[in-house]
Amino acid sequence: MTTPWQAGAEPRSYPIHRSSDLVHIRQAVRALSQECGLSLVDQTKMITAASELARNTLVYGGGGAVRTGLVGADARRGVAAVFEDAGPGIPDVEQAMTDGWTSGSGLGLGLSGARRLVDDFDLRTAPGEGTVVTIVKWVR
Amino acid sequence: MVERDDAVDLMGLLSVEGQDLAASWVSEVSGSLKGRIGRAELDRELRELYDALVEALGQGAVDVHAEQMSEVRALLTELSRNRARQGFSPSETAISVFALKRILEPALRDGSAENVRAYLLLGRILDELGLFTIETYTRTRDELITAQAEQLLELSTPVVRLWDGVIAVPLVGTLDSARTQVVMEKLLQALVDTGSEQAIIDITGVPAVDTQVAQHLLKTIVAAKLMGAECTVSGISPQIAQTIVALGIEFDGIVTKASLADALKLALRRSGVDLVAQQGALR
Repeated sequence: MTTPWQAGAEPRSYPIHRSSDLVHIRQAVRALSQECGLSLVDQTKMITAASELARNTLVYGGGGAVRTGLVGADARRGVAAVFEDAGPGIPDVEQAMTDGWTSGSGLGLGLSGARRLVDDFDLRTAPGEGTVVTIVKWVR
Repeated sequence: MVERDDAVDLMGLLSVEGQDLAASWVSEVSGSLKGRIGRAELDRELRELYDALVEALGQGAVDVHAEQMSEVRALLTELSRNRARQGFSPSETAISVFALKRILEPALRDGSAENVRAYLLLGRILDELGLFTIETYTRTRDELITAQAEQLLELSTPVVRLWDGVIAVPLVGTLDSARTQVVMEKLLQALVDTGSEQAIIDITGVPAVDTQVAQHLLKTIVAAKLMGAECTVSGISPQIAQTIVALGIEFDGIVTKASLADALKLALRRSGVDLVAQQGALR
């Protein structure tokens, strides 16, 4: 999935290196969601999904960065976020997307839950080559 | 390395016959700070610094980290720390050092090659000292911020007693691991201290509940249960409820209420208190 960043609105990049970075990312996504005109429920869903994926980038990917901004396609508007890390990658994507499965100590719902919270979800990974997750929430 | 000759030149630059360079320095800095520091205090600070600098240069110091500069560094550290605490900006702090360069400019007018070389060398040393000042300033500010964050951690998690045997924790803001730890400890301690059996965790002020926040909440509730207390989670807004459902988090066996008022009513009923409206009173 290519992300059609809206013209004139370049995405901003935020580093993910410590847990306090997650606060900035949530705030940035919140601001974009409000600017874009997402409903309160959709704002909360987008922020929560971003929070989950940013934490995955930090905990499992060993840190990375997120680019987030407004997107537009076919007269639709939305908010997108791309999470990138150069970590170990996910060996078994199907397993990782299963509810309740975790390689760490969480609830095992972050990745699968985030997919349900957003409209578009794209996961690219290969063992040893890091992981890129792209999410988009469109205005209804 | 710089040769000893230059050090002698530096001394010449800093101790001109019949001129009180330190005094001009104090007036220059004092002007830039617009009287926000007492003249006497500034005078003492800068004269000490001036003397230490002259002495260090006399001993042949040519860079900030030299052994001979330790006194200068100590004085500068104190100066930057004080400025940081008093709320001065980094520029206002560093100007204390850089102003000395301006004071020495007249020495360049006679144009002798030695003076120019000495000025350039001293300029470099002063630049380094200025950077050192800013670094110390930043470090002090970071320490202040960390201390404030810790204070905030303490402040933002009060445990309040709502009734005999009923306590509540109103949570505001983001729940991370550090804060949840504090909340959990305070809640469990308050259960013991007040002999309460009902605890209400109110999340009205929490903007988003993700899996980590949920996990922290669940752990806190299980810990409270182990101590024989019953927990109610209140203040779940419609958007948070929908998000929790979509995420697939199960709050099995945990009582949740939309508002703190409902949670209090439930807690009172559970502890055997009946709320009765007075006859004839408006409801």
